[in-house]
Amino acid sequence: MSTVILRGRKVHGGSAAGEALVARGPLGGYGTFDLETGKVVDRNHEWYGQNVKGKVLVFTTASGSSAWTIAHQAMRFAGVAPAAYVVRDNNPQTALGSVVARLPCVTDLDRDPTEEIETGDQVKVDADRGIVEITKRSDLL
Amino acid sequence: MLALKPDEQEMQAGREGKAVQKAMELLVRYAEGLGAEGFVDTRNVTVIPGSIPDVKLVREVVPSMDIDEIASRFLLDSDERVVVDKVKAFTTTNATWRDQDYPDVQKGSQAHCDLLQMLADYCKRIGMIHLATCTPYQVGNVPVRGEHLAWTESSAIAYSNSVIGARTNIEGVHSAFASAITGKTPNWGMHLDENRFGTVLVDVAADMSELREWALLGYYVASQVGLDLPIYRNIDSLPDMTRLMALCAAGISGGSVVMHHLVGITPEAPTFEAASGGRKPKYELPFGEAERQIAYDRLNRSKKDDVDIVALGCPHCTLETLRRIAELLEGRTISSNTKLYLTTNSMIKEMGRIQGFNQVIERAGGVIMKDSCCLELSLDPADVFATDSGKLAHYAPGATGLSNTWFGTLEECIDAALTGKWRGSLS
Repeated sequence: MSTVILRGRKVHGGSAAGEALVARGPLGGYGTFDLETGKVVDRNHEWYGQNVKGKVLVFTTASGSSAWTIAHQAMRFAGVAPAAYVVRDNNPQTALGSVVARLPCVTDLDRDPTEEIETGDQVKVDADRGIVEITKRSDLL
Repeated sequence: MLALKPDEQEMQAGREGKAVQKAMELLVRYAEGLGAEGFVDTRNVTVIPGSIPDVKLVREVVPSMDIDEIASRFLLDSDERVVVDKVKAFTTTNATWRDQDYPDVQKGSQAHCDLLQMLADYCKRIGMIHLATCTPYQVGNVPVRGEHLAWTESSAIAYSNSVIGARTNIEGVHSAFASAITGKTPNWGMHLDENRFGTVLVDVAADMSELREWALLGYYVASQVGLDLPIYRNIDSLPDMTRLMALCAAGISGGSVVMHHLVGITPEAPTFEAASGGRKPKYELPFGEAERQIAYDRLNRSKKDDVDIVALGCPHCTLETLRRIAELLEGRTISSNTKLYLTTNSMIKEMGRIQGFNQVIERAGGVIMKDSCCLELSLDPADVFATDSGKLAHYAPGATGLSNTWFGTLEECIDAALTGKWRGSLS
C-alpha cells in the first residue's frame, strides 16, 4: 500500500485522521452547512448534499463573511465537526476558524493538496509537525 | 515568530483581568495560525455577534442563558465564564440582527429575537455602539485612510480597504470581539504595505454605467482570483457609493476579494503602477460580454417566474436607493402574490421617515426592516425570490434553502413586486 506525504506548517495544532472531502475551490461558513447535522446545504458548493462530520476537509481557502468562524465553532458545539482542515491558502477565516473549531489545520504544503488528495482517500493530519499522510482510495479498495 | 510587546504580555498574563486575558490568548492563537509577527493597535472595531447560531443551539450550550456565559463561549471561545468590563476600542456592531418589530418574518421567530435583543443590550453594556449595520461607513463609523481596523462582515471589509484606504483583514466573530476588548489586531495581511498591491489585472470592456454591472463584475472576478487582489482598469464611468458597495459585496461573497483597486478612482490606485507596486500582474483577466453573461447566469437560477419575495437593501440600503424605491412605488400597490422586503439601518430608516420615503413604500405594501438582513427572513424553500443584490442572490440558496432565485436591476425587482412576475433579462 502506498502513502503520499505532504509537508507544510501548522495553523492550529493537534492530529486527526479521517476520510478526505476535497473541494477544488473555496469553502464558506455562513449559509454553507446545516449546523445541526453537518450537511452542506449551499447549492453553489461542490459538496452540496455531502456531510462534513468526521471528514478531513481539503480546500483552497475560505470564502465568505466573518460568520465563517462561528459556523465552524457551532459544528463543534453541535457534535458534527469535521476531523481536520487541510487548506492550500490560509486566510483569517481558516486561521481563526481552526482555533475556535479546535481542529488540527495545516497549510503552505509542498504540493497543492486539492490536486494530490481525492475525495475518499484516507488522510492523517499531524498539524504540530505540519505533515499530511495520504492513503489513496484506490489502495483501500 | 510572534513577538508580544510589554502591554500585550501584561494582558496575556492577566494583569487587566480575566476577560482581557482570554481575549489576548485567543488573539495569540489566531496570530500564530496566521503566521503574524506581532500586533498593531486598533481604535476602530466592528463586531458581528448577531451571527450567533440559532437560539436552540445556544440554549444547549448555555442552558442558563446567562448572557456573560453566552458571550464567553460563543464570542470569545472561552470555556470559562468571563465578565467584560468596557471595550478599549471604539466599537460598533455589524449586521444580521433582528428587527424587533417583525419577529415572525425572521428565522428563529420570537425566541431568537429575544436572544439577539439580550445580546444587543450586552454590547451596549460593555461600551459598544449598537449600530447594527453591514455598512457602518454610511452611518457614523467612517474610517480614515491608513487607519488600522479590526472589522467584520464581508462587503464592509472590501469597502474600507479599497474605497477608503483604511486597513483591515476580514476578522471573524471571535477575533473582532477580542480586538474590541484589547485594542489589538494581528499585524498581518492588509495591515502591511506589501500585501496591499494588486496582483491581477482586469481589463473592463463592459459598459459600467448601470448599478447591476458592478455586481456582475465583482461576482465574475471573485470566482477567478482566489486570494489575489484585482486591479480594475479602463472603467468607463465614475462609480458612486452604491455601485462600489455592489462591487465589494459581490466580490467577497462570490469569493474572497478583501481589496481591489480601480485605476484612477480608488485612493491607492492613482495609476496602474501605484496599484501594482510597479510589478507585473501575475495574470490578466478580461471582463466583457461573455464574462458578464457567465456571472448573470450563475446568479439567476430560477425556473419559475411567479415571484413570491422581492428583497432589496443588501448591503444596507443607501439614502439614494431608498429615495429611488419610493419614487418607483409612489401611488402604486405591490401584487397581492408578492412580498417586498427592504433592509437598512435605523439611522437611514429614520431619515426615510423624515423624508416621507417610508410612508410611500409602506403604503405600496413594502416592509422596511432595520438592523436585519434579508438572508435572515424565514422563507418557504419553494418561494421564488428576486433581488438586485449579487450578494443576496449568491447566499440565498444556502442561507434560506431557496432554489429559485432571480437577480436583476432595481427597476426589474420593483416591476416584479408590482406585477408578481419576473421579466428581467441581461440586455
